[in-house]
Amino acid sequence: MALIYLDHLAATPLHPKVKEAMIHHIKTVYGNPSTDTQVGQPAARALDQARTQVAALINADPTEVVFNSGGSESINHAVKGVAIGLRQKGNHIITSNIEHKAVLNSLRTLRLLDYRITSLDVDQYGLVDPAAVEKAITPETILITVMLANNEIGTIEPIADIAQIAQKHKVVMHTDAVAATGVIPVDVQKLGVNLLSLAANQFYGPPGVGALYIRKGTAIWPLIDGGLQENKRRAGTENLIGIVGMGMAAEMARLEMPERLPRLQALKDRLSQGLQQTIPEIKVNGHRTQCLPHLFSVSVEYIEGESLTLMLEEEGIIVATRSACASGSLRASHVLIATGLGHALAQGTLVFTLGMDNTEADIDKVLKVMPRIVQTLRDMSPIYKKEHAG
Amino acid sequence: MAYSPTVMDHFKNPRNVGEILQPDGVGEVGNPVCGDMMSVYIKVENDRLADVKFKTFGCGAAIAVSSMITEMAKGKTLEEAMKISNADVAEALGGLPPNKLHCSNLGADALHSAIKDYLDRKAGKVPAPDLGKEPHHKPGGKGCYCPYCQKEVEEEAPLCIFCGKELPHELEHEH
Repeated sequence: MALIYLDHLAATPLHPKVKEAMIHHIKTVYGNPSTDTQVGQPAARALDQARTQVAALINADPTEVVFNSGGSESINHAVKGVAIGLRQKGNHIITSNIEHKAVLNSLRTLRLLDYRITSLDVDQYGLVDPAAVEKAITPETILITVMLANNEIGTIEPIADIAQIAQKHKVVMHTDAVAATGVIPVDVQKLGVNLLSLAANQFYGPPGVGALYIRKGTAIWPLIDGGLQENKRRAGTENLIGIVGMGMAAEMARLEMPERLPRLQALKDRLSQGLQQTIPEIKVNGHRTQCLPHLFSVSVEYIEGESLTLMLEEEGIIVATRSACASGSLRASHVLIATGLGHALAQGTLVFTLGMDNTEADIDKVLKVMPRIVQTLRDMSPIYKKEHAG
Repeated sequence: MAYSPTVMDHFKNPRNVGEILQPDGVGEVGNPVCGDMMSVYIKVENDRLADVKFKTFGCGAAIAVSSMITEMAKGKTLEEAMKISNADVAEALGGLPPNKLHCSNLGADALHSAIKDYLDRKAGKVPAPDLGKEPHHKPGGKGCYCPYCQKEVEEEAPLCIFCGKELPHELEHEH
């Protein structure tokens, strides 16, 4: 059975051009880019090229791109690096209730070091109110960190508005753009942020490589201390094979985005409309229009998400759930709860993330099998019986 | 995914799904807030479980556990059925992933609660509204406590910053 892969947030297959670039690099280059020799120089050139490619994707200067091990490291660097860099100025950080765990747990660490955190509520669509951000700013505030697009419900936050407020109050602004970069247009000049996190595995590049955009003049301390790599921002010999892959993935994302975007949006609309027409009592999560074009989050009443994904997998469909049972922590998703979803309904949540290889036939297969699977599980569910007995 | 072939078999082809009309006993444990909820219905003849059925809201493990416990219990005397433990169910399923062991706790508890319900009815006791419901912690509620020094710790932290001990996967929570 051919697999229908609808979990591109977990991993994207490598773009054919990315594979090609990485294999070519493996075959021809092994040098250390920090060494000024015939062996090191091809490596240094490959590093420069990748940096230029990634900078072009987000409209940054190449000197403002710092390569690292991925989204979590970028976020840790941004949050902890500013906290250390600006400790003399203050100890207050503003964030939102729907951030990725890399943000939540970086802030958890900082709380132990006597930083104060204000975490803002979101509305039912997951939107942060820029006015609430401004109200939360104190003379002690050193950093605002709000994600560009949420990785569970897809909602796109008003980052440019929030960054303007940050600028007005001379507070550093970071945005976690991991779920968004390479999928939708991301322009650091238009956003006006100081720091932006991105990762290659969200746009057909390899896992384990990412980058932090650091606007010139931003007060930020390194997270990984050591040598002078990455313009003294991130020590350690570069993961050059991964970086070369990320560079090519960034270039392909930039070139192909005008084609990818409408295709993804059309597939998502087909899935969203189809499911809402065929399955009663489901709730679509996230903002209707301010939303990632490839992410569709839906909560199904009376059933639990992990059993739903297992049954879909039996039909060859790979999709993610936000159920507590599947989370490892056995907690309902903090994002869904923050948007006002009840714990029971949050348990029945699926997150579909579409990719450039998906077709209408893939979506139609989901629409064909999912109503039956949902009914099977509902017939097994004690709460379905109760609700429907009145 | 680390489910055993037996778990997947019981998940894909669950035995004894449904309700028994006019059951002799009903046991209900868990609630959807905690992730799992299971109802067990029993029919008793000559102190034996003539029929056992279930309905479950939960993950693959919870459904497989429900299916397995009904199979194990069917035909057994009440006394034998009361001796089936949660560990027996997990073992019969060829083991469960560590973070799923709490799901297996539902199975035997729901069965035992159904048998108690039967015995109470027989003795003429009026069941209290929520009788047989397990107390469960409230996910999302406040307070995670270090099991070694009892101090409140950060959720999902790898270690307790007060006593330095490594924290287990599931912390104690406020009830």
